[in-house]
Amino acid sequence: MTARSLGADAAPSGRAVVPSVWSRLWSANGPGYLFLIPWFIGFFGLTVGPIITSLYLSFTDFDLLTPANWVGADNYIRMFTADPKFFQSMRVTLLFVLFSVPLKLAFALAVALLLNRGMRGLPIYRAIFYLPSLLGASVAIAVLWRTLFAGDGVINDFLAVFGIQGPSWISNPRYSLWTLIILAVWQFGSPMIIFLAGLRQVPVDLYEAASLDGASKWRIFWKVTLPLLTPVVFFNAIIQTIEGFKSFTPAFIISGGTGNPVNSTLFYTLYLYQEAFAFFRMGYASALAWVLLAIVAIFTSISFLTSRFWVHYDD
Amino acid sequence: MTTEAPRLTIVTGGDTASRVARKRVMSVIAHVLLIGASILMLYPLLWMLSASFRPESEIFTSNSLIPTSVSLHGYISGWFGLTRTFDLFFLNSFIVSILCVIGNLAACSLTAFAFARLEFFGKNFWFALMLGTLMLPYQVVLIPQYVLFLKLGWVNSFLPLVVPKYLAVDAFFIFLMVQFFRGIPRELDEAAMMDGCSPWRIYRKIMLPLSLPVMTTAGIFTFIFTWDDFFAPLIYLNDLKTYTVTLALRTFVDSTAESNWGGLFAMSILSLLPIFVLFLFFQRLLIEGIATTGMKR
Repeated sequence: MTARSLGADAAPSGRAVVPSVWSRLWSANGPGYLFLIPWFIGFFGLTVGPIITSLYLSFTDFDLLTPANWVGADNYIRMFTADPKFFQSMRVTLLFVLFSVPLKLAFALAVALLLNRGMRGLPIYRAIFYLPSLLGASVAIAVLWRTLFAGDGVINDFLAVFGIQGPSWISNPRYSLWTLIILAVWQFGSPMIIFLAGLRQVPVDLYEAASLDGASKWRIFWKVTLPLLTPVVFFNAIIQTIEGFKSFTPAFIISGGTGNPVNSTLFYTLYLYQEAFAFFRMGYASALAWVLLAIVAIFTSISFLTSRFWVHYDD
Repeated sequence: MTTEAPRLTIVTGGDTASRVARKRVMSVIAHVLLIGASILMLYPLLWMLSASFRPESEIFTSNSLIPTSVSLHGYISGWFGLTRTFDLFFLNSFIVSILCVIGNLAACSLTAFAFARLEFFGKNFWFALMLGTLMLPYQVVLIPQYVLFLKLGWVNSFLPLVVPKYLAVDAFFIFLMVQFFRGIPRELDEAAMMDGCSPWRIYRKIMLPLSLPVMTTAGIFTFIFTWDDFFAPLIYLNDLKTYTVTLALRTFVDSTAESNWGGLFAMSILSLLPIFVLFLFFQRLLIEGIATTGMKR
């Protein structure tokens, strides 16, 4: 038999082997598993275990203080039949994702294209546009946004110069979500950097061939650049969508943890937080978490399924 | 003309002089657009910086970025704005962030080394599961984790924030390191193996020293994410003396903000300062990290 086989799953190869089966199994697998010990503890203790527990809790009325009672699908039934806040938070989150992600990507791509012309000062522009992405998730920026978009804030002072009387963006339910969308779009820097890296991969000779054929810049963008860039667009869209669903801090800080005015900024994550840690309806919150998981999974699989119709991969 | 990179030179015919002139104009337009956009992007940050140095009475009376009179009132009143001073909150944030960086680098690199370099039964299976956790919304594990840490008596300590990092829960960084380790020539560890080096020594003496770039990138991002983190401190820390800066800022908003804007802005600026400094020093590394891995921020 192959005594030299160092393969991972090398089966014990019979009587001729001098070292025992166990020591061979150990030397083939032991070090790998030893190195993985921290990860295994985390994976089972902080991920798999909690996933199973949370699925179980979602069928109970667990409230942290008293033992959980099995309530069957009650939490899920209530969510879809008797909980307007659930639908509201879903609506707010979907609106947020549907507007902020395409806008963010459009800005990111537009600026990346502009910068990719071989602009002088590229590193400076890139750094300036990237900075908001790096800082944007912090409480301090949410605090700043709350002030800028207040009724007497800087934005309205600016609009007043043009004779426009701006509303109180933060406390008007018609506009409050838009302040959060603008905050997200302001952070277009990191997808922009990914676009820039992608643009650098587009072969120069393709541009040359296209322009020799007399194609306009506009046509070159639509027929050459964009198709070649679709994998990057796809990647950015997935990452930003998942991030959008997870967004919490800005809505929490700007609405003071309430999701107000009139629940117009009640992100799904914020609602889940309130149910779990303000009202201690942890069973219900677990059910909310599983619905979130389902939605994110559906979104991602739809993206992957539709991707083959529009994402261009090299053959 | 010499400033233009050749790659987007598009031959449209016509005489060269007008083409050069046209390119000049286009370039000027592009710069004007970009400078305008830069001002728009930075204005909010500069406004807050300027507001933090204004006397309380002038914060909202002028939107000019240069304060007419500079005052440190905001920084002093902000520092002492809560019943505990901000040095405690900064210290807490630093302790948590540093401990998280150490844990994340150690645990993720061990895991990544196993996946990138060692052979063992079921490797691909575990690797796929590890990647699967990348997509998992945190909310799904949130409540059981909270109950677990509560039962362990860890609430109101830094342990719930820090310990998970020592258990390599951040699949993203594992993936980042696996990618990097795979780029290191295998001949190095094969030669070491021939010389009787144990996997541990290969990890310690070959992989880690060669992985400085990825370790720095992962370390900086871990620091920034932890420093910024608001959600975990919000649910695990209830006692003011354990507060991190983000949590203290939120308390500031709730309690005294209406009367002490200067203090709020000053502390906000200070809370952004460590991130900004890291950005200044490691800008290239951060941008490369994003460009090659698609880091979310």
